[in-house]
Amino acid sequence: METYWHWLCSVLAAEPGLQGKLLKRYKTPKAIFAAEAEELEEQFPRSRSRIGDLCRSRAGWDFEKEQRILRQKGIRFVSREHPDFPGRLLDIPDSPGGLFVKGRLPGEGAAVALVGARDCSAYGRNTALWFGRELAASGVQIISGMARGIDGQGQRGALQGGGETFAVLGSGVDVCYPVQNRELYLRLEKEGGLLSESPPGTPPLKHLFPLRNRLISGLSDAVLVIEAREKSGSLITADFALEQGKDVYAVPGRLQEALSGGCHNLIRQGAGLAVSPKQLLEDLQLFPENRSLKKEKSKMALESSENLVYSCLSLQAVNLDAVCSETQLPPQEVSGILTRLVLKGYVREIYKNYYTRVS
Amino acid sequence: MFSKVWSAALSGMEVYPVRVEADISEGMPQLLMVGYLSSEVKEAGERVRTALRNTGILLPPKRITVNLAPAGIRKAGTRFDLPVAAALLASLGKIPGESLQDIMLAGELSLNGQVLRVPGILSLAEAAREKGLKRCIVPKGNAEEGAVLEGIQVVGVSGLKELLEILRFPSRACPVRADARSLLAEEQGNTEEDFSQIHGQAALRRAAEVAAAGMHNFLMIGPPGSGKTMIARRIPGILPPLSLEESLEITKIYSIAGLLKEHTFLMTKRPFRAPHHTVTAEALAGGGRIPSPGEISLSSRGILFLDELPEFRRSALEILRQPLEERRISISRASGTYRFPAEFMLVAAMNPCACGYFPDRNRCRCREWEVERYLGKLSRPLLDRIDICTEAPRLSYEELSGNRKEESTAQIRERVKAAHRMQQERCRGLPVYFNAHLSGKAVERYCLLGREEQKLLREAFEKLNLSARAYHKVIKVSRTIADLEQEERIRGRHILEALSYRAPEREDQGREG
Repeated sequence: METYWHWLCSVLAAEPGLQGKLLKRYKTPKAIFAAEAEELEEQFPRSRSRIGDLCRSRAGWDFEKEQRILRQKGIRFVSREHPDFPGRLLDIPDSPGGLFVKGRLPGEGAAVALVGARDCSAYGRNTALWFGRELAASGVQIISGMARGIDGQGQRGALQGGGETFAVLGSGVDVCYPVQNRELYLRLEKEGGLLSESPPGTPPLKHLFPLRNRLISGLSDAVLVIEAREKSGSLITADFALEQGKDVYAVPGRLQEALSGGCHNLIRQGAGLAVSPKQLLEDLQLFPENRSLKKEKSKMALESSENLVYSCLSLQAVNLDAVCSETQLPPQEVSGILTRLVLKGYVREIYKNYYTRVS
Repeated sequence: MFSKVWSAALSGMEVYPVRVEADISEGMPQLLMVGYLSSEVKEAGERVRTALRNTGILLPPKRITVNLAPAGIRKAGTRFDLPVAAALLASLGKIPGESLQDIMLAGELSLNGQVLRVPGILSLAEAAREKGLKRCIVPKGNAEEGAVLEGIQVVGVSGLKELLEILRFPSRACPVRADARSLLAEEQGNTEEDFSQIHGQAALRRAAEVAAAGMHNFLMIGPPGSGKTMIARRIPGILPPLSLEESLEITKIYSIAGLLKEHTFLMTKRPFRAPHHTVTAEALAGGGRIPSPGEISLSSRGILFLDELPEFRRSALEILRQPLEERRISISRASGTYRFPAEFMLVAAMNPCACGYFPDRNRCRCREWEVERYLGKLSRPLLDRIDICTEAPRLSYEELSGNRKEESTAQIRERVKAAHRMQQERCRGLPVYFNAHLSGKAVERYCLLGREEQKLLREAFEKLNLSARAYHKVIKVSRTIADLEQEERIRGRHILEALSYRAPEREDQGREG
């Protein structure tokens, strides 16, 4: 049976609507495989070209060869009828017929999706890292899309926290997109999981990304949005979450900043306000294992001048000049202190002369 | 009758003596110029003939041959008109032949007998002194150029009549005098562009001061309108004063390039060259069949300012690599290899990304890869040669309109001068004037680090992933910072500040902390 599901999902990938209609009429993929071409075309006159593809693919489909290819690539296919298929996805609208997987599949435990802007600020980057790490450390699975910016950063945080994290890709699971996240891709393959409803080799096509967002929200108990512009792809994920009856949380930003717009709109519309990982866990009433949330009191050994400079920094990028005018110290001294803090690992220079705290 | 006189030809920065010979004999009336001449030298014959006639001297209808020896080297330029005229005058018996014995001549003639300016007089005077000649006769407009040299007389002439007079009665000539040292000493700063006009930007000002004190290459990154160009234009004002040798070197380059203003003795200011970003590689390096100095040589001992650095052609930027390392540039042509000095301080400015607002994510809509690509237009080897890199933030209204009294150029210059004196004392005997130019060996010898400082540097080297070149750079910049404080030893704080000036890593973004 799995092999027929595999065929259906390979040929009609990312067409959940048509898949659903076909299954409603024929019950099983095997029956679809056996159905007469004319009958299929008659039944679904509006999707003639896709049905045509479907019928043509049947002739050349070599079940054994396809299985072998998957094995060679180290990819698993899990249909919705398979016991390992994530239960959360069975109930969502337009549920996928199956998933292609590299690495592991998400488990039954609590899961939170971390999404946000690709071109995010240092503040967003640090916040995503923080939430990802703390949530993962307390046993929450982090679901995201491995995109540039917030997504990838949240997942890096989860890996740092030693927790589970899964990426739902818009491309095939054997395609690393974006290439800048290669290192994350390789780690997720080993330490987490990469999922996609598109067959291996599928390039990152534009229309696939909104579709995969429904899986990101579907796999989670709640969606947390960190930095989004007023028209952002992350808001699509939030919409799916609402449609699927999941909670939506947003991290507030500064007023009047473009990257805060989407999040603030969500909060106005009734989304939860996420101010810290701890509070978020309380709000979600998730205390799965509560492994490490007892935040160790910072044992930073800083001299007074270092403390003074450090106190001017936050998760937002701060310019050297701003630190100088706030501390009233000459720039040569401040830049020296900042370099020492960088060497000590408390501070990061995100761009020339722009510094943030390490979250 | 045969006669000869010395002149000199230019070949890049080199000058070699040329013997101009003339002979008048019986035969078909003609004026023949030989000696591997380019066409402007061949045309000298016509100019000389007409100029002489308009001065009242007719060339006889005889066979006149002029040879420029050594005949195997190509000669170009219009500087040979005057020596050709002098040799002919001797051959005609208008002047005594021995009057040409100890002199060297150069100058262009106009048809009415006037003597016009030519480039490279300072080098010519130097060549004459080396040859043991007593006197140079050059165009009046150029005479001051050569006069700064000691041990040779330089006489300026404005026309052929004056030349005749001087050659007939050498004692009547009055050589030009120029006191280079006092001229250098009285040189005043530029009052129009002063550091006190720049509001805020404390970090940028500090970085500029350190860069100027050690002649370190300097890169400013910042959004449009943050004052990068303003700072760059004011850096020459805080550079240490020119020494006589430096000044002579600059004057020589400008004299050869023909860029010296009339009646200028000496370049008393460090040059500031700001070529537009459409400049070609040849214009930057020096070009031509026999190359003439390009922008990087014209900015030697001064500043080469490249605004909008990533907009420059890649080919032009990569040209800078060799000169930045070796402090001179070699240009090879079929006729030989020409070397020009290139001891400039590179000052560059750029926006952080194409729109100019990164890392302010609320204004900058560039993609991450676009930002990376923009910085990526500068090759790593080029960035590696930047000693001091800093950022110019956007100014707030309060900073712009503030009435805070900022430090003036004169105040900063005093500190830079003191730091420069320390460098000079340390580097006595080395062919180096500034910390930035210390070789790896000299760094080991003159920039000693204590145990604590070595530990700090090792930690930084490992944590910040420094390259070997960056390592030496950090030490040199720390040395300059210590010099600014008049400290004999490099301390930890100097190293930390120097580290904060390193060029941005491209991998900085997209990685976890």
